[in-house]
Amino acid sequence: MDEFIWRALAGGLGVALIAGPFGCFIVWRRMAYFGDTLAHSALLGVTLGYLLDLDLNLGIVATSLAVAVLLVAAGRSQTLGTDTLLGIVSHSALALGIVLTTFVPDLRVDLMSYLFGDILAVTGADLLWIWGGGALAGLALLALWRPLLALTVHSELAEVEGVPVTLVRIAFMLLLAIAVSLALKVVGIVLVTSLLIIPAAAARRLAGSPEQMAVAGAALGCVAVAGGLGGSLVWDTPTGPSVVVTASLLFLLSRLVPDRLSLSR
Amino acid sequence: MPDRERLVEGRGLVFRPGGQTVLDGIDITVDRGEIVSLIGPNGAGKTSLVRLVLGLARPDAGSVWRRDGLVVGYVPQRLVIDPVLPLSAQRFLALGGQAPAALRAEVLAEVGVAHLLARPVQRISGGEFQRLLLARALLRRPDLLVLDEPVQGVDVTGQAEIYEMIARIRERRGCAVLLVSHDLHLVMAATDRVVCINRHLCCAGHPETVSRHPEYVALFGPGLADKLAHYAHRHDHVHGAGGEVLPIGEGAAPAGMEARHDHG
Repeated sequence: MDEFIWRALAGGLGVALIAGPFGCFIVWRRMAYFGDTLAHSALLGVTLGYLLDLDLNLGIVATSLAVAVLLVAAGRSQTLGTDTLLGIVSHSALALGIVLTTFVPDLRVDLMSYLFGDILAVTGADLLWIWGGGALAGLALLALWRPLLALTVHSELAEVEGVPVTLVRIAFMLLLAIAVSLALKVVGIVLVTSLLIIPAAAARRLAGSPEQMAVAGAALGCVAVAGGLGGSLVWDTPTGPSVVVTASLLFLLSRLVPDRLSLSR
Repeated sequence: MPDRERLVEGRGLVFRPGGQTVLDGIDITVDRGEIVSLIGPNGAGKTSLVRLVLGLARPDAGSVWRRDGLVVGYVPQRLVIDPVLPLSAQRFLALGGQAPAALRAEVLAEVGVAHLLARPVQRISGGEFQRLLLARALLRRPDLLVLDEPVQGVDVTGQAEIYEMIARIRERRGCAVLLVSHDLHLVMAATDRVVCINRHLCCAGHPETVSRHPEYVALFGPGLADKLAHYAHRHDHVHGAGGEVLPIGEGAAPAGMEARHDHG
């Protein structure tokens, strides 16, 4: 097989591995819309990267981090509902990104690949970003694991028990911004949240502990990437959406596993 | 009790989140080894006061002092864990931090949750979950236990058991307990001191005294205040429907209530 397919597979698996645990926290903390907002703002990052002649990966990460900080700051004044706030930032960033592409002719050609991902175009440098950044984000998440889990269960209880909740929350958002910007490579801006939440949700019925769910989510994500990539080669379908469709099928299959919460023991 | 070590002291606490006054000039203290019950009707600001005492929120006026290095075990009101999070009771306990094995075995036996450990938290009943929360709090070896409505959603037998357990825990461990309840009737037996609030401080003192206090009677009905009800305690205000303080004469003063009483 051609080399680009192996690169695509390596990139996709790297993203799936990191998407599993991060996706679990998105599902547990009900932050799907937050992930979407980070993703949508990434297009703005790409555009700014082109306009300012920066590295595009750097542009994406920088914009995502900036948006994460903005959301944390804006979330403090609670005059608007969180969903409204996220909706405003999310769609403004996406629209502004698309408007600005007017001034970047190269990007207008590539717009679709940013929106829906172009895993087959993954380069060696991209792989370095994905695996290097993914490893860093993954290790940092591991270090945050227990306090983050504690505040996910009950924020005030965790705070009384000495968890620096604000710090942990912000750190997680920043790490999530990195994870989202890496996952963009595979499925694109529009579908990136799905790669985070669908494998994680599919892992729920297979898991008896948070860690099992994170590992199962990562594994199912890998299956989705491999299946989607394979399917797109066989049937010549777009790769990113094929990965997401595979993940969705896995989710439906997972629903066949009995729910242990409703089992009477 | 001057010989007792003070653990927490709040003075003149005012809390106005979003401009609405939830607490207005509340004083509260908890000393080592005592059980203080914080009572008041729904919406009286009990949970807000607890959050100020715990340092989870800042008062708009007044101050909260906590003894240096004070270890608090907290049992929050209503803890619902999303079914999407797979979590066993054992893991839930461990989230509070590492505890020595001996202490762990002792606490589990004392609170009676050892048989629950393998079960997903979502499949644990209200009363059992309260015990589990209590166990998590005790594993921290707290100086002060703060229990926000610990018997909510627990049947009557279970309620009595939990109060007995709290009394036992205090006796064995000598920790102080700050207990929030919307009703004095149930907590009466196990309480050293009662603080009754309804946005402002209504009355405080020994449970028997409080149960005869006109403001308590006005809030909760006679119940515990027996027929005798002879008290040297007088009133200079009554409450409107929203709990706001009205001078006597405005609104309907309860019959037989005398003027003037001291707050705080």
